[in-house]
Amino acid sequence: MTTAIRALFKWILERGILSWLAVLVIWELVALGYHNADLFPSPVQTFDGAIRLWSNGALLKDIGISSLRILAGWLLGTLVGIPLGLIIGTSQVLRHMIEPFINFFRFIPAIAFVTVFMMWFGIGEGFKVALITYTTLFIVALNTMMGVVRVDEEKIRASMCLGATRFQIFLYVIVPATVPFMVNGMRLAMGNSFAAIVGAEMLAAQQGVGYLIWTSRLYFQTDWIFVGLFVLGLMGFVADRLITVLSRVFLKRYGVMDGATAEMRL
Amino acid sequence: MSERKLQQITIRANGVSKKYGDSVEADFVLEDVKLEIRQGEFFILLGPSGCGKSTLLNMMAGFVEPTRGDIFVHDQPVRRPGPDRGMVFQHPDASLFPWLNVRQNVEFGLKMKHMKREERRLISNRFLDMVGLSEHETKFPHELSGGMKQRLQLARVLANDPEILLMDEPFGALDAQTRSVMQAELVRIWLHTNKTVAFVTHDLNEAILLGQKIGVMSRSPSAHIEAVYHVDLPYPRDATSTEFVELYKDIASHFNVTGRSDGVQVGAFPPSLTKLGGLP
Ligand SMILES: Nc1ncnc2c1ncn2[C@@H]1O[C@H](COP(=O)(O)OP(=O)(O)O)[C@@H](O)[C@H]1O
Ligand SMILES: [Mg+2]
Repeated sequence: MTTAIRALFKWILERGILSWLAVLVIWELVALGYHNADLFPSPVQTFDGAIRLWSNGALLKDIGISSLRILAGWLLGTLVGIPLGLIIGTSQVLRHMIEPFINFFRFIPAIAFVTVFMMWFGIGEGFKVALITYTTLFIVALNTMMGVVRVDEEKIRASMCLGATRFQIFLYVIVPATVPFMVNGMRLAMGNSFAAIVGAEMLAAQQGVGYLIWTSRLYFQTDWIFVGLFVLGLMGFVADRLITVLSRVFLKRYGVMDGATAEMRL
Repeated sequence: MSERKLQQITIRANGVSKKYGDSVEADFVLEDVKLEIRQGEFFILLGPSGCGKSTLLNMMAGFVEPTRGDIFVHDQPVRRPGPDRGMVFQHPDASLFPWLNVRQNVEFGLKMKHMKREERRLISNRFLDMVGLSEHETKFPHELSGGMKQRLQLARVLANDPEILLMDEPFGALDAQTRSVMQAELVRIWLHTNKTVAFVTHDLNEAILLGQKIGVMSRSPSAHIEAVYHVDLPYPRDATSTEFVELYKDIASHFNVTGRSDGVQVGAFPPSLTKLGGLP
């Protein structure tokens, strides 16, 4: 009996249920302290706001729009970033040429490009997707490049002894050995994509979760702002789980780890 | 064994020197190395850690370029790695392909040659069987023990049918039990395949158990092969036999006399395990 209770407790603890309960309690207490829903809505008030936003379809639409923007830019950035990182990583000349710029562009966040990107890619979907592509491409390319540089020398030597050509070494050794770094870059890029899209939607959009958070302020709908914040966290959580689970299923043999540590952040 | 004298020289070095880096003050790791390995011979490079054994082996493989002189394989200077020289590395985790299973690792070289699937299968079957990994063909390297990983490395190299086998302390990280099993297996496989073997070790016992010739290296800097011992004992060798013991003392004293025993595993003598490396 006691072991069953202990197992249940362990289960609850491991799933972070206790932590979330604690957050709700603290949140409620703070809201009680403020006693002003316009300033700090309680969990229940926020939930009510969420129901209202959900029932008229606005919330789902915002989530959908933001997700699509992120997905498009992230996929595009990944598609370009991986080959780019592979090429830069493989060529020492290119690496030396590009290295000085990395620590330069690292400090220019995607959102700083909003104005010029709006001019270049249009104020519609173009610049938003471009922002996310930029931030993704950079992180994915950088991580991929690091992966290439870190391929064990012995693996390359072994494949040379086994008669592999340079191109075969690239395709059958360097690329598979770098997969965990690519996935790590993609995961990190997902986080930065959220930062970029929320910024962009606050500055210039008529839809999206960032837009929801921004405009709710004008109507003093602080509960909707909270809903927006919560939804962002949830979307990020789901996206990260999706990447983890998918890579675990399809890329397991490449040694893609859960919660791989961040190698490079923008 | 006398007919071996007539056999062709496979690997030759006549005054090879190596230093890392371009600096003038940098010491030569190896200086004026002279070496002859004949076809089908089991040649041991024995020396203390850091004396340049791996460097010398890597030059034979074509991974590392000599600073002066050349290593010749069949009178051709070594310029780059090639499938005629297979390497078994010290660290299997760094050299095996973790995304390929056991069979796929063995077939890697064959696949690079665009060999057909059925043909690959025949060859990999043969070598998986030879190293005793047939039942583990679908496992991945991380699911194997240290000894099994080295078996896999050996099979991967053998499947590619190199003329020369280069081995860099392949059993150094194994426990004593596994090591002696692997030593016996290696001798069996070598007798079976007639490869020319250059085997690096710092373990004197291992050297006498395996080698037909033992090239004893001096300490770095400016290391070279200062003596070559012939081991004219039949396989499997008995580490407690008088001849073995005599030779052991001979080579060990060689290290002691020249004050270069540090790093070479001379160890307690006689070896506590009897029949080390003997065939089962
Ligand atoms: N890539 C390298 N760059 C610089 N020095 C090296 C390199 N590889 C080996 N050395 C140096 O050369 C010497 C011999 O090394 P090594 O050939 O690995 O010896 P061993 O295999 O006998 O232990 C050591 O002093 C080592 O530090
Ligand atoms: Mg070494």
